[in-house]
Amino acid sequence: MPSSRKSEAWITGIGIVSSLGEGLDAHWDALQKGTINVDEKTFAPYVVHPLIPVNFDQQIPKKGDQRQMEAWQRIGTYAAGLALDTAGIKGKTDILGRTDMIVAAGGGERDLAVDSGILNAKVQGNAAPNFLNERLMSDLRPTLFLAQLSNLLAGNISIVHGVTGSSRTFMGEEAAGIDAVRIALARIASGQSDIALVGAAHNGERKDMLMLYEFGDFNLKEKFSPVWSRGPSGGFALGSGGVFLVIESKEHAVARGAKPYAKLSHVSADRAARKTQGATTETLESLWKASGARDDVAIITGATGAEPVTAEERQFLEKHKALPVRATGTRFGHAMEAQFPLGVALAALALSRGGLFPPADPSGFEIAMTAAPTQIVVVGTGHWRGEGIALVEAVN
Amino acid sequence: MGNMRDHAGRPIVVVTGMGIVTSLGAGKTENWSKLTAGESGIRAITRFPTDGLRTTMAGAIDFLPAARNSAPEFADRFADVATEEAVAQSGIGSPGSFPGPLFLAVAPVELDWPMRDELAFTIGKDAAIDYDAMLKLCGGGKYKDMHRRFLFGSSADQLADKYGTKGSPISISTACASGVSAIQLGVEAIRRGETDAALCVATDSSVNVEALVRFSLLSALSTQNEVPAKASKPFSKNRDGFVLAEGAGTLVLESLEAATARGARVLGVIAGCGELADSFHRTRSSPDGKPIIGCVRNALADAGLAPEQIDYINAHGTSTPENDKMEYLGISTVFGERAKQIPVSSNKSMIGHTLSAAGAVEAIFSLLTLEHQRIPPTINYDVPDPGIPFDVVPNKARDARVTAAMSNSFGFGGQNASMIMTREPA
Repeated sequence: MPSSRKSEAWITGIGIVSSLGEGLDAHWDALQKGTINVDEKTFAPYVVHPLIPVNFDQQIPKKGDQRQMEAWQRIGTYAAGLALDTAGIKGKTDILGRTDMIVAAGGGERDLAVDSGILNAKVQGNAAPNFLNERLMSDLRPTLFLAQLSNLLAGNISIVHGVTGSSRTFMGEEAAGIDAVRIALARIASGQSDIALVGAAHNGERKDMLMLYEFGDFNLKEKFSPVWSRGPSGGFALGSGGVFLVIESKEHAVARGAKPYAKLSHVSADRAARKTQGATTETLESLWKASGARDDVAIITGATGAEPVTAEERQFLEKHKALPVRATGTRFGHAMEAQFPLGVALAALALSRGGLFPPADPSGFEIAMTAAPTQIVVVGTGHWRGEGIALVEAVN
Repeated sequence: MGNMRDHAGRPIVVVTGMGIVTSLGAGKTENWSKLTAGESGIRAITRFPTDGLRTTMAGAIDFLPAARNSAPEFADRFADVATEEAVAQSGIGSPGSFPGPLFLAVAPVELDWPMRDELAFTIGKDAAIDYDAMLKLCGGGKYKDMHRRFLFGSSADQLADKYGTKGSPISISTACASGVSAIQLGVEAIRRGETDAALCVATDSSVNVEALVRFSLLSALSTQNEVPAKASKPFSKNRDGFVLAEGAGTLVLESLEAATARGARVLGVIAGCGELADSFHRTRSSPDGKPIIGCVRNALADAGLAPEQIDYINAHGTSTPENDKMEYLGISTVFGERAKQIPVSSNKSMIGHTLSAAGAVEAIFSLLTLEHQRIPPTINYDVPDPGIPFDVVPNKARDARVTAAMSNSFGFGGQNASMIMTREPA
């Protein structure tokens, strides 16, 4: 009976492109060296982690396809291609045709010049009642909408890479990334799916998105500092990047001779009632208890640096004080929907390389780990809502 | 007590509550009576000036005002009205505590023009207005509500708060298939045994200038503005595009076992769901119809039903030249000669295309079709397209024996989803 089947789920493909590089070797190398790529000038006073220069042709061969996408879609389609490459299923139409896809997406990169032109005219009093209609009809690129639609990252991955088993797009900032991985695992574990491509992409170099987060005073300003040193008026530095994982049942992987980076054993998520002080700490602790984590794990967290939630997460982490913690936010910036998949990707990478990457935290909150981890817990705490925990384990 | 498991040994998933809002009205009673009377909810747009636009009509919901003139505010209001109705009908849980997760089909939330206007007018005439200038005004707490409002997860947040759903709510966008995808997520969660109940909501408020312009620039909309009620004419030879519309639909899903145990009335069964993505083009279906064919076959296989057992198809039927042709190709390939006999009607002829909400709205109409044994018509069917020889239930509702209904949804980005509903557990 399919409903009672319990499959082990393996991570067999990892694609990452970010401010630190592209591909697994480049990232492992950057993490070992403690490289941080941050730009304090281009969007000043806002600090961002810019995408490294990428030759998109390598994963998106048709220029026509690239032109149909805005940056966030190109980043994601590129990272998805890297993941399929590492899993060894690129171009394998029989497998791709039944690969389920879950993408966590934002969307809506606006045409800033069109918006500004319209707003100037309105304020200058040059706007008749039909002005907005006419300007939008004449100024918007007809296909811009497709580059803005959230589900069109998945759509582009279908077109460029041929992933067509199914296509689902989750929205909702960090929580969407957590739920994408959670649902993929639940479907595979229960036998509802054999293989899935899961991930997200984020373009952090966007004034329209800076604006949304600036409404809530969430952006890190002026000067970069590590997540654990940002203090009570902290914030996040948006990071550009795309992360995709190929997750499949052990049986499916073994049958096609695929090697695992790691096992994805558990993902759970919740939504703390954050108006109550301490609720986030409590929610994380109860997710932790359900995760099956032992007391010698390492922790990779997507802690944003935004307050008050980072302080609440820190209270949770301090209950597990002896454990080595690594904040992806310090190294990659905050990639919103992609932050949790990034944590899972780095956990799998570290387990496959037999070591955790070194601390990047002068405050001393991140401690060294010399033993090879066999379990890594990935923590995701949204800047405004949503908490999640994954357990990633080494495959013997 | 009958069998609680389906053909594949999974928990049977049933519907115990439904709520709906469309341009025809609020609630199942009003919607069903107007839908089966062949009434149209499509009218000239009054919400904003339409000068200079190619399309000037829509299926707007103008009888439910929102606090702000903003798409997510309207969408949330519609969702709330539909969800109130569904939860009340099901009698599940207790007020403010729904015993299961929320799956919400919703359009991507975006900052909208009134907000940008407010910033621009604050900057004033004396400075050039661009995003740098606007950014300088955003912080400091004055607009902090805008952050909460325009997060992609904001609509789900509000519903989760009010109805007390459990766990992490999922907001899903599979374009015009979103409504089916939300239901499918609920069905899968119940089948996995994670929960006994799920709240599946789908909502869309699209009647605003930019949404209209976006679809207009893609040449997707009907421009037959003269008589708005006649513009949406699925499967007709003179169809020229869909009509943008608003709506919301909510379904309370439960395992048959849980529903039976608490003595709930079962309104219908979600027998199966199918999906398959299309890699051909961003807005067009693969000309060979294979993804649609595969999607429909996946739904049949999931339901454990043969094509012969489907006796009504609630079509996606958008009234675009492309969709209706491809839907015929898909259905006729799967159903063979029966494709000409099986009733296939499109609710969109009356309510327009409710986009993210369509899958749930039309699932509810399909379940009402099963309940009332009456098939709503495809109106405006005056000039049949000889290339689409469906029995579209032209212009007048029809009493019929319906035991299993299929509802299709297809969307931009290669999204295809189909769902099969039955009156009774198999």
